[in-house]
Amino acid sequence: MGAAIVVTSGKGGVGKTTTSANLGTALALMGKKVCMVDTDIGLRNLDVVMGLENRIIYDLIDVVEGRCRLNQALVKDKRFDELYMLPAAQTKDKNDVSPEQVRKLIEELKPDFDYVIIDCPAGIEQGFQNAVAGADEAIVVTTPENAAVRDADRIIGLLEKKGIASPKLVINRIRPNMLKSGDMLEVDDICQVLAIDLIGIVPDDENVIKGANHGEPTVMNPASRAAIAYRNIARRILGETVPLMHLEEKSGMFGRVKKFFGMG
Amino acid sequence: MNGKSAITIKGVKEGLVFLLDDQCDFVSLLDELQAKLDKHEQQLAGPIVHVTVKLGSRKLGEEDKERIRSAIRRQGNFLVQSIESDAETEEAAAPGNEMHTIAAIVRSGQTIELVGDLLLIGDVNPGGTVRCTGDIYIMGALRGIAHAGYPDGTGAIIAASRMTPTQLRIADVISRPPEEWTSSEPWMEYAYLRDGVMEMDKLTHLHHHRKQVLHFKGV
Repeated sequence: MGAAIVVTSGKGGVGKTTTSANLGTALALMGKKVCMVDTDIGLRNLDVVMGLENRIIYDLIDVVEGRCRLNQALVKDKRFDELYMLPAAQTKDKNDVSPEQVRKLIEELKPDFDYVIIDCPAGIEQGFQNAVAGADEAIVVTTPENAAVRDADRIIGLLEKKGIASPKLVINRIRPNMLKSGDMLEVDDICQVLAIDLIGIVPDDENVIKGANHGEPTVMNPASRAAIAYRNIARRILGETVPLMHLEEKSGMFGRVKKFFGMG
Repeated sequence: MNGKSAITIKGVKEGLVFLLDDQCDFVSLLDELQAKLDKHEQQLAGPIVHVTVKLGSRKLGEEDKERIRSAIRRQGNFLVQSIESDAETEEAAAPGNEMHTIAAIVRSGQTIELVGDLLLIGDVNPGGTVRCTGDIYIMGALRGIAHAGYPDGTGAIIAASRMTPTQLRIADVISRPPEEWTSSEPWMEYAYLRDGVMEMDKLTHLHHHRKQVLHFKGV
């Protein structure tokens, strides 16, 4: 029986889909059997980021409305045999599926996979309710901006209400030079406000945009710093203890953070 | 007796104010009152003097109040106008004054609303709100909105280990840091109203501000 992990953030544009795609791929890279589920119905993106758009035959709505079987709708990745994706529908909207239907669907997927990664839409409405319905665990993605941290805080409160008690935090798109000049929220300030476990920090990296445009998750490119960060997060999901990455060559900057999390 | 007098007599425009210590026991207080009045018998003869008795945070039944009244009245020219106790006025100001202890993080979009006082063990994050009819004590960081004395308890206070709120409200007074004030003090602070204006002070000064702070006083 696998674990269902929802990737959520509240605010849009902080990198939920990118994180979902890269974590799914990284876990597959480590030999796990993974299924990614896109619940952003009406605005599907995960297939584009994964480069699987042209392989879609059926989608999530087709499954819940009984037009096909679940395994007919699963799209197999072109790089890994053990990586699948359940695409969202592009024509309908979030209200065309209920949390109960999604929960049943995730329950059906869990026995066949080690990890089910659920890509959540932005917002806290029906789409969010659908995405968290079947989840056992949650990863909250934020960026070092006040607005994103506010929304992450709101989401954590809602997750706690749903019974997903200890979500994990990913701080995405950190710019080391802005951190250094004090123009960006510090990692430990964010952790202090949100008061949940940090599972990874990801530096801002042009390779992420490049990869997404080519349908190739960044995590496949070991020269990218973001790729290493995503791989580290995947390793932490698997239970390994991996120190937080240094965001710049001259180390010491995150010594405090590492110490704070007992990894120093 | 510890040498310090349990009774202070002050002259005001209207007459005299007797400030009675609220810590010593009532019998010795009455004895001392008696002794003090006897001692000054001759000086205290003359025209009628209005006397206000202040009990501090001591609470007395009608019977005991009458004993104070009669002790003072024996001095022919003294007229006891009123006997006041802080405890009574405070109780009247905050009905259902009960301390609720909650351990939680009040996150964005969440609100805690209570009748009585609140002791919150945890933070209030930006976008979160705590509101109650009495005082608010936060063991943690206050980053959101705290509203004490809702809706009209102007005597209420807000205390927090880390005072960096979005807004503070006491009764109907709203204060917006950092436009109005900032706090980066290393000690714990509390906000209160003075003449309708929000003020900050060290928490260790709270007992100057209000004699009876909490119900578990004296325990």
